[in-house]
Amino acid sequence: MANLKQTNRRNFIKGSAIAGGGLIIGFNWIGCKGDSNVPLKVMKAIPKEWIDFNSFLKIGETGLVTIMSPNPEIGQNIKTSMPMIVAEELDVDWFDVVVEQAGLNTEWYTRQVAGGSQSIRQGWESLRKAGATAKHMLVEAAAKRWGITPEECKTADGIITNPSGETLSYGELAKEASELEVPESPKLKDPKDFKIIGHSKRNVDLKKIISGQPLFGLDTKKEGMVYANVLRPPAFGSTLKDYNDENAKSINGVIDVIRFGDKIGVLAQNTWAAMKGKAALVAQWNEGDKPEDTEYHNDLLSSHIEKKAEKPRREDGDIDKAFKDSDEVFERSYSAPFLPHNCMEPMNCYADVTSDKAYILGPIQTPEWQLSNLSAQLGMDKENINIELTRMGGGFGRRLYGDYVAEAAELSKLSQKPVQLVFTREDDMLAGTYRPASQYKFKAGIKDGKVIGYHLVEACFNGEMFGQMPSNFPCGAIENYRVDCHKLQTNITTGAWRAPYANFLAYAEQAFFDELASHLKIDPVEFRIKLLERAKNDPTGEDLSYDPERLIGVIKLAAEKANWGQNEENNFKGFCAYYSHNTYVAEVGHVSIKNDSPVIEKITCAVDCGIVINPIAALNQIEGGIIDGIGHAMYSDFKFENGASTSNNFHQYRMIKMVEAPQVDVHFVESTIDPTGLGEPTLPPAGGAVANAFAAATGNRIYSQPFVKHFEILG
Amino acid sequence: MPSYQLNINGQIKSVNADADTPILWVLRDELNLVGTKYGCGIAQCGTCTIHLDGNAIRSCSLPISSVESGQKIVTIEGLSENASHPLQEAWVEHDVPQCGYCQSGQIMSAAALLKENKRPSDEDIDEAMHGNICRCGTYLRIKKAIKTAAKNM
Ligand code: FES
Ligand code: FES
Repeated sequence: MANLKQTNRRNFIKGSAIAGGGLIIGFNWIGCKGDSNVPLKVMKAIPKEWIDFNSFLKIGETGLVTIMSPNPEIGQNIKTSMPMIVAEELDVDWFDVVVEQAGLNTEWYTRQVAGGSQSIRQGWESLRKAGATAKHMLVEAAAKRWGITPEECKTADGIITNPSGETLSYGELAKEASELEVPESPKLKDPKDFKIIGHSKRNVDLKKIISGQPLFGLDTKKEGMVYANVLRPPAFGSTLKDYNDENAKSINGVIDVIRFGDKIGVLAQNTWAAMKGKAALVAQWNEGDKPEDTEYHNDLLSSHIEKKAEKPRREDGDIDKAFKDSDEVFERSYSAPFLPHNCMEPMNCYADVTSDKAYILGPIQTPEWQLSNLSAQLGMDKENINIELTRMGGGFGRRLYGDYVAEAAELSKLSQKPVQLVFTREDDMLAGTYRPASQYKFKAGIKDGKVIGYHLVEACFNGEMFGQMPSNFPCGAIENYRVDCHKLQTNITTGAWRAPYANFLAYAEQAFFDELASHLKIDPVEFRIKLLERAKNDPTGEDLSYDPERLIGVIKLAAEKANWGQNEENNFKGFCAYYSHNTYVAEVGHVSIKNDSPVIEKITCAVDCGIVINPIAALNQIEGGIIDGIGHAMYSDFKFENGASTSNNFHQYRMIKMVEAPQVDVHFVESTIDPTGLGEPTLPPAGGAVANAFAAATGNRIYSQPFVKHFEILG
Repeated sequence: MPSYQLNINGQIKSVNADADTPILWVLRDELNLVGTKYGCGIAQCGTCTIHLDGNAIRSCSLPISSVESGQKIVTIEGLSENASHPLQEAWVEHDVPQCGYCQSGQIMSAAALLKENKRPSDEDIDEAMHGNICRCGTYLRIKKAIKTAAKNM
């Protein structure tokens, strides 16, 4: 074990120096095996001592560097990309870096959340500073030894060189450097000098993933642990009347059956016994007052989009007057169902709660929020609750919510045992926090072939979508502009779903613009650019939430790369552009007709996310967002009858498969602007690009998701 | 509880389990081989794919009692030494995974395909991989990696 350094820290609270033998993963292996052109290197020896510089990094005497990844990893590759930023400013060889997942530590880190594609954008500065601070101190230590000024030293790959060519390694200097003053504002690199950022680095967990090593929450094994499966009310609004657990208890391996609230937990020695035990429970339920169904939801939504709300979310000019002055008002409405998340790894969580402390380990997107929840739930001080994070088999918003964390903690508390709570796929689909169903009505007032008024009315359950961002495009581009939102109530639990607000809206809005352009007999790309030029040069109203220039940039790039405007045989194109989660995206859908049916062949995509941190991973996120977006727009349907969903597993819920995934051709706008995230922004435009290409191919428009329901009319 | 002898990754393991226990849970809970994943339990997602005598099988729907003595089970952990199967190397080259949860099942389905078909066409790959869902949408890279592996085998 190493010593704990007691040095002065002004900017960072220091972490404990720990021996890291067991934490070293085969990171160097990736460099060796993956790139055949990378010369075989030998990994630096595991240090006896780690000297910690700040909460993000520690350096061993052998020169090996450990970089902490504070944010939860849900597949957005943050565990690789965030440490890359630290390593860049530290100026080390990426090969000598080991990455470790940090647990929740509210003193060391801010915003340990995975959500909204914000990790990179919000972490950018502090990550750079973490690396630069340590480099500054190392250089100062070297300069002191040599009796020269820090400015005379050069750094590269963890080595400091003086003007006469002598060298010192970070490893040799770590100890004395860590004792120096922490600089207030260390010098950051000029982006043109980046050596790691902008260069592809493979996923740090790659080898473990492909060889089946334990990584995920569901893989947790702990001494004395029991497995739990929970029976929940079968429909929203229903409550538990009575139950009989005789059969359940007679199943081999079942240890205990515990009621908590309207739920019943079955504890067992293994997962299968817990699942069988649950299936053997006989429960009676009280039906809720008004069990809801899809027809009720749709009627409620469609009656609301016909009227204004009490107060608009935004109003520029006078929409009523504009419509009165118009030659015609062009209007269309669009609707979308509730959607479950269906992360491939079902919800699960490990909890060990005793009378005075709690340990939680699991796939959690919002550890800090769960800490507060648990503290209230268990009546326990936060200091006594320790939350650690596993890699997550997808998040997509579902793991922002702590229902499964609370259940695991409750069962552990009641049973006085460490509990691994496991959801079956059926549990996961039935006890969701769904993307809420919503509808939109768009109206455009046209005078002399020009759009002079634009009115969007939204109806949505439990929340607002465009209501959250009413100053997004086409705000600023049209003289008279108004947004109204109706937030309707349902007892179905709803929440964020990948690219919340925009995931359905982008399709609706961009399908409307496409049809409007065609109605006005204007090319849809030209139509968008004209509107954006107006928003840029002479905006209506103030405080636009987007930069028209950057949106124009991606539109032009996508159009150019897709050969927009050129007729190509059996290549029907649809355009869509959308700004969300701080990133600008334009997509062109390419559809062909085969055997009388439209086939999605390719998506051409242009992205402006500022500086691209890790190209190979960025492309993965972009491709994945597009394929996921197409999959859900095309196939996903989710209905309720009597308060219960009618699909409970993949045989009743269609997910996109390999055969349906189109080619994706990605182009980045070159940029030195600070980076923004990619986990979400390419998903929203995908549905629009496809729907508009279908219209180009067949002449038919689609007004609701999933698109597959309309295929008879398209063929 | 009945006792079973299973040949898993070249080793004979004895397991006590109820006859209806799916091999998936035997692997994960009894034998600590957690690389085989649970995704649906009804043979619809492919995360639990293993090889039974070389064929890709959904282990969630394979009760332990239906495995005959002498049949060989291979899981992702036993696919190769030190992740050296050409597919695993191709997975690294293309940096395939996002969340990674579906990937061991994807690799096992692909490995069974390449054993039968050394030069699969796009259609062959689509067909062999049709039972494997990836919510993250890594399909394009999976396909590229399968082609790379086929070339290198
Ligand atoms: S868990 Fe076996 S196919 Fe889904
Ligand atoms: S990589 Fe996440 S489900 Fe496939």
